[in-house]
Amino acid sequence: MAQTHATDTAHHDEHDHGPAQGIKRWLFATNHKDIGTMYLVFSLIMFFIGGAMAMVIRAELFKPGLQLVQPEFFNQMTTNHALIMIFGAVMPAFVGLANWMIPMQIGAPDMALPRMNNFSFWILPFAFTLLLSTMFVPGGMAAGGWTLYPPLSLQTGDSFPMLIFAIHMMGASSIMGAINVIVTIMNMRAPGMNLLKMPLFCWSWLITAYLLIAVMPVLAGAVTMLLTDHFFGTSFFNAAGGGDPVMFEHIFWFFGHPEVYIMILPAFGIISEILPTFSRKPLFGATSMIYAIASIAFLSFIVWGHHMFVDGMPLAAQLFYMMSTMLIAVPTGVKVFNWTATMWKGSLSFEPPMLFALSFLFLFTIGGFSGVMLAIVPVDFQYNQTYFVVAHFHYVLVPGAIFAIMGAVYYWIPKWTGHMYNMTLAKWHFWLSTIFVNVLFFPQHFLGLAGMPRRIPDYSVQFTDWNMVSSIGGFGFGLTQILFAVIVIQSIRGGKKASAEVWDGATPTGLEWTLPSPAPYHSFTTAPEVK
Amino acid sequence: MRVTRTAAMCRTAGLMTLGFASAALAGNPENTSNGYNLPTGVTELAQKMYDLHMLVFWICVGIAVVVFGAMIYSLLAFRHSKGAVPDTTMVHSTKVEIIWTIIPVIILVVMAIPAADLILQQEDTRNSELSIKVTGYQWKWEYQYMDAAEGIDFFSTLAQPSNFARQLNSGIDPNTVPHYLLEVDKPLVIPSGTKVRILLTSQDVIHAWWVPDFGAKRSAIPGFVNEIWFKVDPGKEGTYRGQCAALCGRDHGFMPVVVDVLTPDAFKKWVEEQKAAMKPAAAAAAAATVAPPAASPPTAQVLPN
Repeated sequence: MAQTHATDTAHHDEHDHGPAQGIKRWLFATNHKDIGTMYLVFSLIMFFIGGAMAMVIRAELFKPGLQLVQPEFFNQMTTNHALIMIFGAVMPAFVGLANWMIPMQIGAPDMALPRMNNFSFWILPFAFTLLLSTMFVPGGMAAGGWTLYPPLSLQTGDSFPMLIFAIHMMGASSIMGAINVIVTIMNMRAPGMNLLKMPLFCWSWLITAYLLIAVMPVLAGAVTMLLTDHFFGTSFFNAAGGGDPVMFEHIFWFFGHPEVYIMILPAFGIISEILPTFSRKPLFGATSMIYAIASIAFLSFIVWGHHMFVDGMPLAAQLFYMMSTMLIAVPTGVKVFNWTATMWKGSLSFEPPMLFALSFLFLFTIGGFSGVMLAIVPVDFQYNQTYFVVAHFHYVLVPGAIFAIMGAVYYWIPKWTGHMYNMTLAKWHFWLSTIFVNVLFFPQHFLGLAGMPRRIPDYSVQFTDWNMVSSIGGFGFGLTQILFAVIVIQSIRGGKKASAEVWDGATPTGLEWTLPSPAPYHSFTTAPEVK
Repeated sequence: MRVTRTAAMCRTAGLMTLGFASAALAGNPENTSNGYNLPTGVTELAQKMYDLHMLVFWICVGIAVVVFGAMIYSLLAFRHSKGAVPDTTMVHSTKVEIIWTIIPVIILVVMAIPAADLILQQEDTRNSELSIKVTGYQWKWEYQYMDAAEGIDFFSTLAQPSNFARQLNSGIDPNTVPHYLLEVDKPLVIPSGTKVRILLTSQDVIHAWWVPDFGAKRSAIPGFVNEIWFKVDPGKEGTYRGQCAALCGRDHGFMPVVVDVLTPDAFKKWVEEQKAAMKPAAAAAAAATVAPPAASPPTAQVLPN
């Protein structure tokens, strides 16, 4: 990285050495910038691995009939594509952004617990090596869906304990990272930065961190019960022993629903940073936006049953979960309206971060609409377990979370590396991604409504055409992401020098823009003044 | 309005392309869906589900027009490149926040009322005229009739032509296989105009029984019995096809649900034929087969320790 020379003078006699050299710098990193970088690089690698699995899926689904893989391998691909994207790409990317940006945005010199920060990161390569190595074990990788429902998941072969252990490790990493975020934000804000002055990205991460601490242990409990059912003769999920497979679903989704909000709240924070900058206008209703994030987080705990409508739920429960799920649309809608109001009567320019933020705004909202439709229980009986659901969650996760992450990288990477990247290439990446993501996922709404179930490697010939279109979109979208990797690597290695403010015409607010670009290895060793 | 010849030709070409594309891409549906949308179905329930879906869909379209309209207008009217000056005093408005909180709540209530009404109808399995116990297996369905058709019990597995064609690199073009992946050796047979109740369970993992045209889907959970009902409209006799709708392992995509709906008279005849076919075999096979189930559905048995 282009920060080998510490320019901070306050600690001249203590840290005159700059970062360590070679592998030790990374293995023993305690600097939030280095750890942030490692999380982001790791998540990009996992994005491509998970993406490769998606390519196998779309390649097999290109035409009816089985041409490429056996059905059990196909199921391994769908299962692990999800596990890797969720736990290996999206979540670590948000943690990487948190590591880079939270200390700088609150005027702190680093995260509160730097050694735990190091441990949180380094667990991940081990966890994912373990997960990916299940490919080479008798029985292959887990193939029962990332949702791990028993009894099917208990039919997993030798890879089962490896899968459970990997999940435990990922969970521990997330919990420790979340603790670090909360302690940092609550204790290390510069004087004058009261909570209501804190940037929305930090707010979104503060709330996300509480969600993580609340629900990751629940996932740990769920998978441990699977483990004991499999190996130690317990019957948590076995009716013959007095247990209930549906209880697993309850426990899993009590984690799973907040989990999907964990994957989107930091994205909301990012959009609330980018849109005001390139609208040259403050975020409309900032306090409202904070309350909206908090409401969404609270509501996320009481809607988990909407993943289980088809399981034979009592009437009262169906009505309750329907209402609570529909209710989440209200604070989410408030956010969309506030973002639109931020743009309204602004002065908009369309640099790559803004392009991704705008794409998020449109396409996440489409995902939101299909979410409202899915909440309507009587019709969910037709949508459930079809490609309509697949379309919904991919709209909120890909042009939702992933585009927000990419927008954040495009926004902040000149601060990290000190170089502006190739704008033309970035705009090509944007346009190709936006077009292909719609070609890939929009037809899946049609497929689901027309009756195509999910998690199938082969389909009735009536579904041929939209599957072909979707697969073409998939290949296009996947290949386009290579551009992103190229842009990021180029930006690290060189490029036009970026100013401290980076986006000169756009007047970004926030303490990070008061630092030079690249930000010094140790920043805010003396607390800044916040008015 | 006068249109030049070129413009007119372009417009026609555009419309034709759109038309062909829509027609081609929608495919030949195996159900009452048009390839883009939910099936309108052959039961009152399915029709009501379709109608509610369209109501919610159009409400979403309406909201989208307003919201996306505001966004697109902003993108066009407030451009820095066109010299727009930002109104930096426009920072918050409690009034507006209240309005755009209350209006969505009202819209949601408008959706929730017909939804709640429809759930109540869907969950009302009282006064069923024919009950059938359906058991999911890896990877087939078992149908055991009760009430007047008591004793009829058979498995329903993916039909041979589909099974051959779907093997990896079979070389058989799925388009040449009739009802590829949606045909079985022995379909479920039910009468039209009759409230049929399905009692659903599983022998191994979680499956789900789904016929889109009936608007009927429910999970089949080992050790538990779920209940759904449907009543095919009289006059809608025919064959309706669905699939397993819960990942259940290797051949989850290859255990279809096929239902032949007959007139009540034809169904009575079918029942008699089935029972007659069972009689000679019954004596010989009595020792080998499990006794037909009792009239009430089995409940989960907790094994004594």
